[in-house]
Amino acid sequence: MKFATELIHGGHPIDPEHGSLSHPIYLSSTFAQRSMDHFGRYDYARSGNPTREALEEAIAGLEGGSTGLAFASGMAAIASTFLIFAPGDHLVVCEDVYGGTFRLLSTLFKGWGLEVTFVDATDTAAISGAIRPETKALYLETPSNPLIKITDLKAAAVLAKEKGILSIVDNTFMTPYLQRPLELGCDIVLHSGTKFLNGHSDVICGFAVTGDPELGRRLRFIQNAFGAVLGPQDCWLVLRGLKTLKVRMEEHQASAKLIVSWLQGQKDVTKIYYPGLPDHPGYETHLSQASGPGAVLSFELSSYELTKRLLEGVKLSAFAVSLGGVESILSYPAKMSHASMPAAERELRGIKDTLVRLSVGLEAPEDLIADMDRMMSQ
Amino acid sequence: MNIATNAAHIGLERESRTGAVTVPIYQTATFRHPGLGQSTGYDYSRSGNPTRQALEEGIALLEGGCRGFAYASGMAAITSLMFLFRQGDHLIVTEDLYGGSYRLFEKLFQQFGLTFSYVDTSDAELVRQAIRPNTRALFVESLTNPLLKVADVEGLAALCKERGLLCIVDNTFLTPYLLRCFDLGADITVYSGSKYLAGHNDTVCGLVAVKDPALAEQVYFHQNGAGAVLGPQDSWLTIRGMKTLAIRLDRQQENAQRLAEWLTRHPEVSRVYYPGLPDHPGHDLMKQRGHGFGAMIAFEVTKPHLVNRLLMKTRLISFAESLGGVESLITFPQVQTHADIEPETLERLGINHLLLRLSVGIEDKDDLIADLAQAFAEGDL
Repeated sequence: MKFATELIHGGHPIDPEHGSLSHPIYLSSTFAQRSMDHFGRYDYARSGNPTREALEEAIAGLEGGSTGLAFASGMAAIASTFLIFAPGDHLVVCEDVYGGTFRLLSTLFKGWGLEVTFVDATDTAAISGAIRPETKALYLETPSNPLIKITDLKAAAVLAKEKGILSIVDNTFMTPYLQRPLELGCDIVLHSGTKFLNGHSDVICGFAVTGDPELGRRLRFIQNAFGAVLGPQDCWLVLRGLKTLKVRMEEHQASAKLIVSWLQGQKDVTKIYYPGLPDHPGYETHLSQASGPGAVLSFELSSYELTKRLLEGVKLSAFAVSLGGVESILSYPAKMSHASMPAAERELRGIKDTLVRLSVGLEAPEDLIADMDRMMSQ
Repeated sequence: MNIATNAAHIGLERESRTGAVTVPIYQTATFRHPGLGQSTGYDYSRSGNPTRQALEEGIALLEGGCRGFAYASGMAAITSLMFLFRQGDHLIVTEDLYGGSYRLFEKLFQQFGLTFSYVDTSDAELVRQAIRPNTRALFVESLTNPLLKVADVEGLAALCKERGLLCIVDNTFLTPYLLRCFDLGADITVYSGSKYLAGHNDTVCGLVAVKDPALAEQVYFHQNGAGAVLGPQDSWLTIRGMKTLAIRLDRQQENAQRLAEWLTRHPEVSRVYYPGLPDHPGHDLMKQRGHGFGAMIAFEVTKPHLVNRLLMKTRLISFAESLGGVESLITFPQVQTHADIEPETLERLGINHLLLRLSVGIEDKDDLIADLAQAFAEGDL
């Protein structure tokens, strides 16, 4: 089945009882049992809910995994995944990892004895050099947030296999439409489903997917024990959002390319980070593992004043956190996604106070360009 | 203000633009900023959402705490509270606690270096004896699941204060309507809101209330950090449920008292656990508190085959996990809610192969009694 068809017909079959094309929303916390010896497929909705299960099967299918799990947020998916480790374990993590993940690792899990080395993951040798005897996993984002750095996932997966450790990839920016890390040899894929997967800026959710049955069982145990599950109405909204994933991503991406070309002609734009540009250092690697550059780009402006004017003056792009919605979102990583990272750490990672990140929405690209042009040319 | 009034008013007067008397469902992931360095107070819904906040303020108000928190499930709430602790910390926990909490403590947090001692928390002296130099907290179920042991929260909170321990109360079976733990000295209350608070067997959610602002700040840090938050539609449903908390519980308690009395007279019932019965060891304490005895009943039948018969043959009372909703439910704790606890422990506690747990709903009490009666009689015909 082709991806576009899988989005519409993959996962759960049409409801056999009533023929409903849309999966019912099961707002039930518990399920009545028929036998005392053999419980039905569902007993308590934290452990399993039919609406959530439809979504979990859909995401597992799209990522090419065997177990998909839906969580209350991307951070809940990430925190639940970190719970597979134990004190003394060590992780190698890409250095410009999402601020929320950085905070979780540097506070909660650090306090519990989980050790972390942050490396420039664009360099496989640097990843390899950071691996210690107690290293249990590589944790990667590609393209990274917000500097759009590219990690060679195939090389990382080979390295992880060789060392007998896990490779975990946050695939939020790409979605399985553009990049499928499990097929590249990685072990666990994570998502903030809030972003492109759901795509409408209206649900907070997260996913973990794996192709390994044993890891799947371990993660499912944690999902049920920790209980940071996604509610049925939110699951249904995400199922609805997923139906248009391909058409949205194609349009997002086409507009992003047009906007990038326009930005290239702006004298006040001093640097553009976008993996679709041939001079991007990760261009070749990205093309080898993903079918497109996606719709998130970052750029640096010539001054702080202009940065402020742009962020506050644009009308069509919402000045907000998050990304991946039908609405364009312009955000300011230094104060938003990476606010939980200390300023010195941030500078070191190249997240300057003139850096803005644009998630290109489904508005007409001409309108988005005119809107930004109005602020840039003042 | 009476708690029934506060409950009915959760979410009211929040929406000044339209005057809507229920809080809108803010189904949004993110919020537009007015300017650089400015915020409407909401940035990203994991960090704060107006619908969820109405619920969080609601539980804080009912409890008399400074701040409330809503989570994706009761277990997510408990897990998020465990994030307050560190490797090497020790907690004292109610021994016949909910199986999901036991599983979490033993199979997940033990791996991170937390240790747990399980004691009969209805006996404060046993709690005192279990305190070690590295003990950081007491985690107590105010009315235990499933044996309905009554904890003296006031005495335990005083002990915690004396020894510098956090007093965390899982008040799921009583709710703030029947027991106001902060008035008795507790620091944190935690709820499976899926039960009496939401009350309709339709939402899985967890709630936490905190008394002290500095502690609340730490709880918030982990709610946002680990992100196990409740979605806006489930938050709204929970608010809707909480508005009828008082009238539901009034009826549920009244029904439970009648059912418990009826069960004690039934020849096939060998033992009834209900704090509203005068011979229950926690009866006097709960009577003295004066808010009622809750609506959970556990009982032992005389013969093993009766367990299956009651589970299968009741028509109004559904055989299902969970509790606290308007519909009555019956469960078999040994294999359902407490399956994760070691068999020897279950046997010692009295969670045996004859024990059933009944969550009494708001149906007519005579219909419920008739339903149990016909199930008992089935097969004898």
